[in-house]
Amino acid sequence: MSPAILISSIVSSGSTGGGSGFAQIMGLVIGGILINNFVLSRFLGICPFLGVSKQLDSAVGMGAAVVFVMAMAGTMCFALWELLLVPLGLQYLSTIVFILVIAALVQLVEMILLKYSPALYKALGIYLPLITTNCAVLGVAVINKDAGYDLLHSVVNAVAGALGFCLALILMAGLRERLEYSDVPAALRGKPITFILAGVMSIAFLGFAGLGV
Amino acid sequence: MHAIVLTALAACLQAQSTAGAVALPAILLGATGLVLGLGLAVAARQFAVQKDPRVEALEKLLPGANCGGCGYPGCSGFAGALASGKAEPSGCVAANAATISALAAEMGVEVSDKVRRIAVVQCNGGHSAATAFRYDGPRGCASAMLVMGGDKLCRFGCLGMGDCVAACPFGALSMGVNGVPAVFPEKCTGCGRCVQACPKRIITLWPIDRQVVVACSNREKGAVARKGCTVACIACGRCEKACPVQAITVSDNLARIDSAKCVNCGLCATVCPTGAIIDRAPARPKAYIDSSCVGCTVCAKICPVNAITGELKKKHDVDQEKCIGCGLCAPKCPRNSIRMVGALSYRKEGA
Repeated sequence: MSPAILISSIVSSGSTGGGSGFAQIMGLVIGGILINNFVLSRFLGICPFLGVSKQLDSAVGMGAAVVFVMAMAGTMCFALWELLLVPLGLQYLSTIVFILVIAALVQLVEMILLKYSPALYKALGIYLPLITTNCAVLGVAVINKDAGYDLLHSVVNAVAGALGFCLALILMAGLRERLEYSDVPAALRGKPITFILAGVMSIAFLGFAGLGV
Repeated sequence: MHAIVLTALAACLQAQSTAGAVALPAILLGATGLVLGLGLAVAARQFAVQKDPRVEALEKLLPGANCGGCGYPGCSGFAGALASGKAEPSGCVAANAATISALAAEMGVEVSDKVRRIAVVQCNGGHSAATAFRYDGPRGCASAMLVMGGDKLCRFGCLGMGDCVAACPFGALSMGVNGVPAVFPEKCTGCGRCVQACPKRIITLWPIDRQVVVACSNREKGAVARKGCTVACIACGRCEKACPVQAITVSDNLARIDSAKCVNCGLCATVCPTGAIIDRAPARPKAYIDSSCVGCTVCAKICPVNAITGELKKKHDVDQEKCIGCGLCAPKCPRNSIRMVGALSYRKEGA
């Protein structure tokens, strides 16, 4: 079987559900960014959401790193799932294999950042290796697997989810930069007000559920 | 190709179902790991970054406690700052004198002379302090602090639940029998973790060669302070008057020692009616006058305890019982006849 045929067979093998191709992809994009936002609706990836949202610059850098890792993880995890785990009947190994892939990808991102953007590498600090344990990354691989998406849908879902994560992170960073200059009661300064803020943002994003894509 | 491999693997699985069920996942995981590992190895070559070799050498010399006492994020952060000239070798609070000189040698700089600072608990209340109510909550000063600022009647005193002891990365603190933490000067590095951990903010970093400390933080008026604790500073001002070098001032109803002026004479501790000032010197130096003395009487006039006696133009003598080793006389002697013999412990370890 040639690679081209293999890929085409994979692309068509996943269940595509209802709706035409383009509409479904748009649905995934809107859904991933707004309706099923990883942070604010699914509550995944809270750790970097609260940890790296102090400055807009590092938030943007972190977002970009997560987009890269999630897109790559979505693709590679899909390939491993369809090409190795399902044919061999080893579906129960999915979590450990996915984590293996994600850990390797994060290492790669770390090396690239250290080489090309040491400042960003420093700003992200401990949260960079912690992308490994960012549940949003594992989450997108598991969601793709459970929903039975094909390659295209998997990648779109991963990128849209990562962009949603980015959006939440950047919005939070912007708000927290403003928060620095606002008169917060002493008892709520720091983490408490950040949690309240996250809750309010989550409630606001609940409104997107009405889009019904 | 892929299909052949899969078929072979599946055949293997069917042929030895029990062994295959164990071996196959292991092979699969191992192979995945191997491929990813090889990929990373190639990437590590591709994206290799040249590091300053001095940073690694310096980091090896550092204690590696990552205490953060230097103000940089961990020992590697401090090594980076050292290499770029932003920090001095003596900035590492956890290093002993030998380590600091090794660091300086590595960088080819001189060691600046800096007196080591250690943690001092400015409260001696403990079990002597009255309690306002019974606290039954979770152990820990931070928790106790949440309930009306702790169970002690004194609002400023040590809660005695050892948050500082738990925070110390060097085991330099332990809860003393009197209910306040004791500091082991040999182990304390002055990293300041305990200072941060104490919710009452009563631990300060104090030069190790200053042996007299005010062990009270109560800023209430005397009567109120005494009600809460038998060893509280009542702001009577006797220490202020007794100090021969004006190193003590009473402000906000609390005696404070200026460590830059203090000469370790310990007079304040002897006059303090409540014992709020603690003299920790195990031994004091004594003044000796040699035969070159011309009897000018300058030393006798300056001595705060009248330990020096002698007639004009005749050799003076020091009453060793009375001498408190303040060392005020020695620099005043015009003939340089006075020697301070013996030293306070810890003084030499300074650097």
